[in-house]
Amino acid sequence: MSRREPFFWVTVSCSLMIMAFILIPMIYMTTAPSLSDLLAAARDPEVLRSIWLSLYTAGAAAVISFILGTPLAYLLARRNFQGKRLVESIIDLPIVIPHPVVGIAILSATGRDTWLGDACRTLGLQIMGTVTGIIIVLTFVGLPFYLKAAKEGFESISPKLEKVSRSLGASMFGTFLRITFPIAWRSLLVGLILCMARAISEFGAVVVVAYHPMVASVLIYERFEAFGLKYSQPVAVWLVAVCLILFLALRLLTLRRKIEA
Amino acid sequence: MIKISNLWVDCDTFQLQDINLDIPQNEFFVLMGPTGAGKTVLLEALAGLLRIKRGKIVIDGRDVTKAPPEGRGVGIVYQDFALFPHLTVLENIRYGLRFHQIDHKEAGARLSFLLDTLRIDHLGARFPTHLSGGEKQRVALARALIIKPMVLLLDEPLSALDPGFREEIGGLLKALHASSEVTFIMVTHNFAEALSLASRAGVINNGRIEQEGTVTDIFQKPCSLFVANFIGMKNLFPAKFGSEKAYLDGLELKLAGTPINGQSYVAIRPEEIFLNREAPPNKVNSFGGIVSGCIDYGFFSEVQVAVNQLTFKVLITKRTIEAQGIQTGQPAFLSFEPTAVHTL
Repeated sequence: MSRREPFFWVTVSCSLMIMAFILIPMIYMTTAPSLSDLLAAARDPEVLRSIWLSLYTAGAAAVISFILGTPLAYLLARRNFQGKRLVESIIDLPIVIPHPVVGIAILSATGRDTWLGDACRTLGLQIMGTVTGIIIVLTFVGLPFYLKAAKEGFESISPKLEKVSRSLGASMFGTFLRITFPIAWRSLLVGLILCMARAISEFGAVVVVAYHPMVASVLIYERFEAFGLKYSQPVAVWLVAVCLILFLALRLLTLRRKIEA
Repeated sequence: MIKISNLWVDCDTFQLQDINLDIPQNEFFVLMGPTGAGKTVLLEALAGLLRIKRGKIVIDGRDVTKAPPEGRGVGIVYQDFALFPHLTVLENIRYGLRFHQIDHKEAGARLSFLLDTLRIDHLGARFPTHLSGGEKQRVALARALIIKPMVLLLDEPLSALDPGFREEIGGLLKALHASSEVTFIMVTHNFAEALSLASRAGVINNGRIEQEGTVTDIFQKPCSLFVANFIGMKNLFPAKFGSEKAYLDGLELKLAGTPINGQSYVAIRPEEIFLNREAPPNKVNSFGGIVSGCIDYGFFSEVQVAVNQLTFKVLITKRTIEAQGIQTGQPAFLSFEPTAVHTL
């Protein structure tokens, strides 16, 4: 593609527009609050608690996705079976369902007259208005992102590597631990980051299941509704900053390991 | 000894049918066949990597039909090497040791023998991405052989290599086979490779074994049109037979023996036919024809000579073509020994 061709300039101008579209609101938002506002927000226990709750519940959702999702992602990457398409479509469902609907669906399934609700009560699990409820909702919305990334990661590994490992004496489980997992772990980590990022950003589903305790996105919304834009901005800046630092650190970690390998 | 009896394997789109093979210990056996014939499927079934529908596989007196891959003593080396990318060369080679009870001294001795024989002792700390194709294949061989498997399966081990490496690895395979008690089973679609490496071979087509025997037997006495074509018997003609004679399209060919009943074809390898401008004196099986075409294969050329309605293909060097002054459209004489005429 030469610089002389008009097509080149079409691609460049579209790219610039998209960059501006993403960056301008971010820059305005982050530069709007004064330093003293930011410091005040950082000292506000309610803000700190909500950001910690967001990170903690999103992290828990990522860990649950990792434990339950990894075997399924591996199965989908390695085996063809009847109904595989259906399973894949079901996995994609949480992405396409409107967020408040997710919250309502989870409350419906765990309501008073359902067997799942009875089981939760027997186990002492309360969904409505609890951290457990938030984690369940975030797992629901984040899981598909982890599953997709993990499946692609497993698919990119030649089955021949596993076959050779087995012929050399390793069991299926040993092969997974020694060969498949160490090669795929970077994809799994990317999946976890995506899953956690999706979970931190969730608002609609969380607000239905648990307005309190407040996660950061709910707190930002509440301050915006009650006190206006100016009052919600510092919290938003801190949430974005914490997320960026976390994800940057994880990315750097994966990048460094890649160079070592 | 490997004994495969009535083996049936079902894959998604393919089926291995009624495979029967006996391969003695320490043999270098080659499975030949065109792409998609089922060679790799048979290898993977032997290694326990595919589910077997019917039949039995016995290795060294032990029925392993239902044994998992790790319990068979069968190593496998793939065309694309399948080295573990996150492990160094040494870690790759030593990978299998931890799963077998081999004492430290013995393991060390095996490792240094393999590093030495395969000339890879200087590569130990490297990762597979930094190796050439030949080096990768040598590491893959060392990794498979260090645990002393009873059988080593080689899935087209030379196909992905440059010609120089191909000869080198071929030579190494021969040497490794000679210095061990391991049975080698190699898959290839290249008959020349089979001839230079193996003692016995099986030709597989469409999921079935078409012919099994010594490599020279298959080379000289193909039992079917498919095998004859596959091994490069380019002159295949339908014929009627008399006592030590074959009759085809007005030609009478002298044979080295009387063919058995039911045979209906003669086959002559293109490199076993001589071509002259003049009729050779007192020669049996000598026929005059017209040169109808010539295909250039680099060092060799395939000259086509029309005799009556038949077209014979003759493989000769370019030098001979020039020295004899053979040209398309000109007359020429073919001749071949009675022993060069194979019947099937």
